[in-house]
Amino acid sequence: MEQIQSFFTLLGENEQMIYFVILSIFVGIEVIGGVPTVLHTPLMSGANAIHGVVIVGAIFVMLNTSPDDYISLTLGFFAVLLGTLNVVGGFVVTDRMLEMFKKK
Amino acid sequence: MQHHILSAIYIIASVLFIVGLKMMGNPKSARKGNLISAAGMTAAIAGTIFLHEGEISSIIYILIFLAILIGTVIGWLTAKRVQMTKIPELVSMFNGMGGACAALISLIEFHHLFPLHPAEGIYTEVSSVSTGTLVCIISGLVIGSVSFAGSIIAFLKLNGTLEKPVRLPRYNYINLVILAFVVGVSIQLFFTGHVAVIYTLLTLALLYGVLLVLPIGGADMPVVISLLNSFTGVAAAFGGFLYDNHVMLTGGILVGSAGTLLTIVMCKAMNRPIMQVIFGAFGTHASASAA
Repeated sequence: MEQIQSFFTLLGENEQMIYFVILSIFVGIEVIGGVPTVLHTPLMSGANAIHGVVIVGAIFVMLNTSPDDYISLTLGFFAVLLGTLNVVGGFVVTDRMLEMFKKK
Repeated sequence: MQHHILSAIYIIASVLFIVGLKMMGNPKSARKGNLISAAGMTAAIAGTIFLHEGEISSIIYILIFLAILIGTVIGWLTAKRVQMTKIPELVSMFNGMGGACAALISLIEFHHLFPLHPAEGIYTEVSSVSTGTLVCIISGLVIGSVSFAGSIIAFLKLNGTLEKPVRLPRYNYINLVILAFVVGVSIQLFFTGHVAVIYTLLTLALLYGVLLVLPIGGADMPVVISLLNSFTGVAAAFGGFLYDNHVMLTGGILVGSAGTLLTIVMCKAMNRPIMQVIFGAFGTHASASAA
């Protein structure tokens, strides 16, 4: 019973967030609707670059780590590095794919 | 004040992501759409770094800039220099990096919550940590790790290193058992908050990612990469929940839902049911033994 109660408490406390998530899901579906087959791969690559936004979380972790916590700093450093690879590599590679399109 | 400016930047970045992705759905505006999303990303990253409130030691800023610099140089050069035919495997690799980033964030946050050697000698009780926080950390870790391990295997397959699909006998059942373990250990972690448990969970999730992609044939790879892509999106969204960060939420969920739909559409275009792609070798195996 207590678990059920805490579940509903969580639901109530995050009501706005949950609406936000539901609407975002529909935006995502709407945005992809009716895309021509040739654009599937570039679109996947572009979406891949966008989820690189996870790097914002990695930067946030670094900013909230104390300077003498070496383990967290090392892990955070790699998190930011990998996140940057995802973002920069993702956008550049998508641009290259779409560049090829134009010439055709 | 800075806090509100950052919120405004996040709103703008979210709108740019949506507009950019929408424009990418049309061959004429696709390239511009990609640049618009990139502009949104740059704004979000710069805002997060420069509009942070509170005293931050300069060593942390140095580390952040160093990581971004190295990542930008490597990412830019690999993306620019790679041969056109090798682009799909590169996309898979970059996707794996995003998954690893999400998993690392969860690991660090876990260590922040449950330090091995707490300063006052008092260990954190699981009950004192909010349910939502723990759920986000665990989900981010599991989904991020599966996406990372799966993407690396997909990369190796497209690369030609792992040419033939590796199929363990009854691999579908093995995968199900491992998945059950992943869920079980996640629940255990939720109630115990023990450091050893989170590393067990990390290992299991990585193993699941490897075994999920190993049996899948080369031709189905784009579909799998698209699926893993949406996984990383969901992992990023859990990070957004964790920090109550709206730009991570919009970005993550947008990719999560758009990526899932894209996976389904790609399957349809190939005329292959999605279940057959993921668990598919079932069918091929049966027909091979029949023939």
